[in-house]
Amino acid sequence: MNAKIAPGNADPTIQFQNVTYSVNGSVHHRIVSDIRFSVASGQTLVLLGRSGSGKTTLLRLINRLLIPTAGQVIVCERPTTDWDPIRLRRGIGYVIQDAGLFPHFTVAENIALVPSLEKWDAARTSSRVNELLTLVGLDPAEFASRRPHELSGGQRQRVGVARALAADPPILLMDEPFGALDPVTRAELQREFSALARRLAKTIVFVTHDLREALLLASRIILLENGRIVADATPREFPRIDHPEVRAFTASLAPLAGAQV
Amino acid sequence: MSPWTFFLEHRAEILEATANHLTLVLIAMAFAIAIGVPLGMLIVHRPALRNFALGLASIFQTIPSLALFGFLIPIPFIGGIGRRTAIVALVLYALLPILRNTYVGLTGIDPAVLEAAEAMGMTQSQILWRVRLPLARAVILAGIRTATIITIGVATIAAAIGAGGLGTFIFRGVAMVNDAVILAGAVPAALLAIAADLLLGLLERRLKIS
Repeated sequence: MNAKIAPGNADPTIQFQNVTYSVNGSVHHRIVSDIRFSVASGQTLVLLGRSGSGKTTLLRLINRLLIPTAGQVIVCERPTTDWDPIRLRRGIGYVIQDAGLFPHFTVAENIALVPSLEKWDAARTSSRVNELLTLVGLDPAEFASRRPHELSGGQRQRVGVARALAADPPILLMDEPFGALDPVTRAELQREFSALARRLAKTIVFVTHDLREALLLASRIILLENGRIVADATPREFPRIDHPEVRAFTASLAPLAGAQV
Repeated sequence: MSPWTFFLEHRAEILEATANHLTLVLIAMAFAIAIGVPLGMLIVHRPALRNFALGLASIFQTIPSLALFGFLIPIPFIGGIGRRTAIVALVLYALLPILRNTYVGLTGIDPAVLEAAEAMGMTQSQILWRVRLPLARAVILAGIRTATIITIGVATIAAAIGAGGLGTFIFRGVAMVNDAVILAGAVPAALLAIAADLLLGLLERRLKIS
């Protein structure tokens, strides 16, 4: 249990081996069924699907916020059930839609959360905080001592990304991180994050219901419908897959394509 | 005799009763906070204990105060005539608002914040001390404020079992059918309650996190 996920000392891959998750173990309340896939190191996997298709459940199975009812999830070469959950989670960055920033912490304290849990010294922490603020496009001098309520939605989400990256985890989980932003800010953050992801070379699992976002960010897209995988393809192949749910998603792009901006 | 002349003639005695009253309230509140806040923290993750503790505290709250003082008199160790019994009764009264607000404050936190905390690898006790408690402190203080005001009022009745305080004047005035004497107890008690309300209200606003 004292093994530590850290860049370089474990292979940051994720494998789902016939994973089923149901509420209270009941066969009637299956959220996801018989899920099999793996994410290679450095890959950005997008889990695409409608609300309630089970994509967030899959994400929460990776950092052991949930435990599979059947099958197992292997993270960094070990089943999640063998990991000490606290150690596992500190090696996995997590970004959610409302950022979930601590309102009683400053921006700097929010970003320094995992370093402070890991008892980094003050100098190392503050230089890391400045580095990360710069990385996500916020001026440390201006933003470090602000509180979350003094930030715009886009700025909060940038801080959320910086916080997830703080201890340099090899894996990053993102649950519709840009979903609550206005379209202009969202497009801005998507472009920047896409560049950032390529530079950082982390294993990323990204949940969204937005096909455009998936096509922009993914090295691979898995489409879920009612808790099952119905498509698994690269962004290039994905639109050509012959499946009703894939067509439903590609059709969601059509009116925009026809608008001829 | 007008209330004002009575007040002036007995000001030393009234002042002493006010000090007594305040001491009674402060001691009772110290115990109530020392019991209520940790108990509120304890029941966050223990549903069985939660129902029991909140239920019991609610029952104490429903017992008429004079009856509660009366019930306590025959109980050994905590009972009898005097201040100790009064403090026990006041603590039982003050417990519910403190306990309930502590629990509500600790559990009424934005789920996104709690999810982030858990997913970042904080332990349950780190979440409790570093996230839930700081975010709940204004709500907890609101409970303490309510409890303090209740206690200042109920403490007047403590005079009935010989605990002293401003209630002494009220009971004496009722027996003498003398409004001036009643007011000598009631007005300072009301002023204490208003002062406590303002002071704690101020503190509560300062603790609130936007």
